[in-house]
Amino acid sequence: MKLFEFEAKNLASNLGITTPRGAVASSAEEARDIHKRLGGAVVVKAQVLVAGRGKAGGIKFASKPEETFDRAKEMLGSFIKGENVRKVLIEQKLPVKKELYVSIAEDRMNKCQTVLASRQGGIDIEEVARTHPEEIARRHMDPVYGIRGYEARDLALNLGYGGQQLNMICDLLTNLYRLSVIYDCELVESNPLVETQDGRFLAADLRMIIDDNSLFRHPEFQERSKEPGAELTPLEAKARENNLAFVELDGDIGIIGNGAGLVMATIDLVKYYGGQPANFCDVGGGAAADRVASALGIIQSSDKVRTVLVNILAGITRCDDVAKGILDVKKVVGLKKPLVVRMVGTNEEEGRRLLETAGIIPLIHMEDAARIAAKGA
Amino acid sequence: MPILVGKETRAIVQGITGNQGSFHARLMLEYGTKIVAGVTPGKGGTKLQDVPVYDTVATAKDETNADSSVIFVPAPYAKEAAMEAMDAALNPVVIITEGIPARDEMVIMRYAREHSTVIVGPNTPGVITPGQSKLGIMPGNVFRPGSVGLASRSGTLTYEIAASLTHAGIGQSTCLGIGGDPIVGLSFVDVLKMFREDSGTESLVLIGEIGGTAEEDAAKYIADTRYPKPVVAYVTGKAAPPGKRMGHAGAIITGSEGTADNKIRSLVAAGVRVAEIPSGIPELLVRKVQTVR
Repeated sequence: MKLFEFEAKNLASNLGITTPRGAVASSAEEARDIHKRLGGAVVVKAQVLVAGRGKAGGIKFASKPEETFDRAKEMLGSFIKGENVRKVLIEQKLPVKKELYVSIAEDRMNKCQTVLASRQGGIDIEEVARTHPEEIARRHMDPVYGIRGYEARDLALNLGYGGQQLNMICDLLTNLYRLSVIYDCELVESNPLVETQDGRFLAADLRMIIDDNSLFRHPEFQERSKEPGAELTPLEAKARENNLAFVELDGDIGIIGNGAGLVMATIDLVKYYGGQPANFCDVGGGAAADRVASALGIIQSSDKVRTVLVNILAGITRCDDVAKGILDVKKVVGLKKPLVVRMVGTNEEEGRRLLETAGIIPLIHMEDAARIAAKGA
Repeated sequence: MPILVGKETRAIVQGITGNQGSFHARLMLEYGTKIVAGVTPGKGGTKLQDVPVYDTVATAKDETNADSSVIFVPAPYAKEAAMEAMDAALNPVVIITEGIPARDEMVIMRYAREHSTVIVGPNTPGVITPGQSKLGIMPGNVFRPGSVGLASRSGTLTYEIAASLTHAGIGQSTCLGIGGDPIVGLSFVDVLKMFREDSGTESLVLIGEIGGTAEEDAAKYIADTRYPKPVVAYVTGKAAPPGKRMGHAGAIITGSEGTADNKIRSLVAAGVRVAEIPSGIPELLVRKVQTVR
């Protein structure tokens, strides 16, 4: 789950991480008032979860409150990379001496958190990694001992700081690491982390992504993680309520399957045969009738869906359960879209019999099912 | 000689009295796996089927001479369950549980390095040596004994491809899921190393998906070491949008990393034949094996 910049900064401030003074606004009037309180020049930042908002017009400077009003007015309600802007963050403009980059990210290969630090901040770090890999210092964190003082000092020295500033950077790195641990973050990223003219350090931007698998031990995020909005479309939110793994896509062929890999492969196949999938929906390994029914119900409720493809390879799942789920939907609300079913495996004969009595002939091969669905059933 | 599990494997099931644990313990027994004990704290002294249940892994091991473990314990308790298995020197430890926090998985893997334990998973269907033993939740009937080693990041797609191999008359030596999470025990490279030494495996199938660099790392290893056995692959998630998690916690394209295209390109460059669709695997395998001979 991604946090908005203002949410991440609130959590960071509580741990003693310095961020620019500012506040979040939902209206242009509020934005103007915040500027009046802050004084000086400010930056108006669209609160969106997509990365790269700066280039998309989501970060603007303003020297007078009226200007802030105008910028906020333009941003609020607009779309940045497809994401609706509902809030703007108004912050004091910093006297920047140097922009740095720091992140703490899940490192799959080394099976730990890895800290990256670079003097090339404020730009795309992947670009820096490509063109100047020597400009990025990295350290793998031991998951038991965490960041040790000498590791932080080594990173600080790599960033080019000594004396009093060495300790300041170390404290900041240590606190960012604590932030990552306390909230089970997949990613904590400050880009840029700013060194000011008078030699202080502030997290001018801050991104946090919480590990979804850790939400059970973070009651503070649980409600937030199920809300539709920036991260979830209404359909995705509804599916999540029903405990389905669901991602909405652009096409018109609804997809239901059991097992993430199989569903991804089904989507790839539909595309391979020239169709456009409308969603990814995994009913899970041991899917029972009610899960299949709720998946089908949600997908056929979408106006853009013209055909629904169900692909079940039953191992732990039972075909008769899947068939019952489909028939439940048929009985209660009716099947609203043409349905293509591929179903093999455990209790296949019984499942097949149930579907056939309802006039649905299940297919054996997923390639055939995908080809037929792609042609519009 | 299979890898990881075989006829002699003596396994315990941690979380054997739970829904999943009891259901799959029964299926594993039916397949012929030697499930010698179960562990559920507070249920010690009882039995499930004919399998004795113990309160701790240490007693289960002492009483039954078990050598490996399959874990069905719910996510919040899985980290300690894995550590308990490692403390009792069980190896391999197969973690079926889905939804374990990445930070807990990092601790498990660090502990595994200290104990030299092989961890399969988490979020895996497990490992099966057809005709001998399975530690996991895969439907045994789609597999047949043979000489193709198979490693995958998913469950049902593995069954799909294994079934197509079996249907084409191609049996398997050992099949395993390395796990669908970002942090897992075995990498594809680790598995390639194991199959390399296994005289019962003549060729390999890798089933990859978007996210991370496990497939790219495998490609590099295959090219760098001039891998001696034919390898074919399928990679799924070609149509997945960046930044979206496709069911598995690990199946996500982040920035420019983890795309299916990049994985396929790397594998092809290393001489691996990559099937365009899942049902293309058996034919590629037959052709590849013939070319090498």
